Amino acid sequence: MKKKNFISINEFSQKHDIEVSFISSLQQTGLIEITMIEEKAFIDVNQLPHLEKITRLYFELDINLEGIESIIHLLLRINSLQEEVTILQNRLRIYETNE
Amino acid sequence: MNFVDYYKILGVDKSATSQDIKKAYRKLARKYHPDLNPNDKDAKKNFQQINEANEVLSDPEKRKKFDQYGKDWQHAEEFEKAKQYQNQSSNSRGARYSEKPMDEDSSDSSDFSDFFESMFGSSSREGRSRQVKFRGEDYNAELHLNLEDAYKTHKQTLTINGKNIRITIPAGIENGQSIKIAGHGGQGINSGPNGDLYIKFSIANHPKFKRLGNDLNTTVDLDLYTAVLGGEIFLETLNGKVKLKVNPETQNGAKIKLKGKGFPVYKTEDQFGDMVVTYIIKIPTNLTAKQKDLFTELSKL
Repeated sequence: MKKKNFISINEFSQKHDIEVSFISSLQQTGLIEITMIEEKAFIDVNQLPHLEKITRLYFELDINLEGIESIIHLLLRINSLQEEVTILQNRLRIYETNE
Repeated sequence: MNFVDYYKILGVDKSATSQDIKKAYRKLARKYHPDLNPNDKDAKKNFQQINEANEVLSDPEKRKKFDQYGKDWQHAEEFEKAKQYQNQSSNSRGARYSEKPMDEDSSDSSDFSDFFESMFGSSSREGRSRQVKFRGEDYNAELHLNLEDAYKTHKQTLTINGKNIRITIPAGIENGQSIKIAGHGGQGINSGPNGDLYIKFSIANHPKFKRLGNDLNTTVDLDLYTAVLGGEIFLETLNGKVKLKVNPETQNGAKIKLKGKGFPVYKTEDQFGDMVVTYIIKIPTNLTAKQKDLFTELSKL
């Protein structure tokens, strides 16, 4: 199965009805990575959920880029803490009875 | 079906202006937005509620209807009946996942309350997928396995949104672990890619074996004589029986480790954890007179 691995920034901006400059500012802050192919800007399809999340935070919740940076950092921390909790919970299961 | 007080949900007064409503909604959305509350079902539910409240109160027509309805709540039943009749033909509410062991847990703001639907009809649900503009939404599902299932790499067919997909579940998957099935989420819009399907595994405790990472822990009852004199026993593993040599003078609670008889290591071929066996020595009961005499004799030696 052939997959489309890159999404054009122009296409993304158009479909989301946002300015291309918004995506550029995300790249400048290091929030997303842009890949240049034949002088055109693309984003890896795997980064799309991340980019869409940032777009929602910015446009739906009125959070500025500085706020989004902090949120992304905290979300990563939540994620690793949740993973740790799962590991610890699995360890605790050894003491559970099987009723 | 219960009356839903949209004003209460947004924490605003009935006289609130559209500006007040917008402000209240934004404030609550920042608190409960699914992007800010990963894997939090309560937050998701709250977010759905405030979305629904916002959809009604920010639309002058809907708000008017709601105000009217709220006033006539005593006639609600008649209203509902009439609405139900009206909606019968267009009732297309279906579970996202039809596979039994999977719990529905789709993302975002898809489900509005029955109250909303009876009042504004299911057709008002159109356009609610406002979050999908390009890439399809991600689906989340939970799959229940028992320990034996997780012990071997196996395939399972799941029905997601009416479509069958066959997935391979690698041996050694952990309880609480998620796997991503790319492209099997909601359909993309405007030629956007499909969302992904995330399957979280819930592995039930096993009556005999407790899993700790890749190791399995189990207990074995040992009769007093074998413990004292040594011998051989058979031990059940997830991979058949193994013969075990018991050393003489084995103590109660003694542990032995059987290398490579534990759980398969996730995505690592031919690697297994260990099996840790704890001996529980059973003291004989209902002793005969002769046995008692012999034990007495032993104790005096």
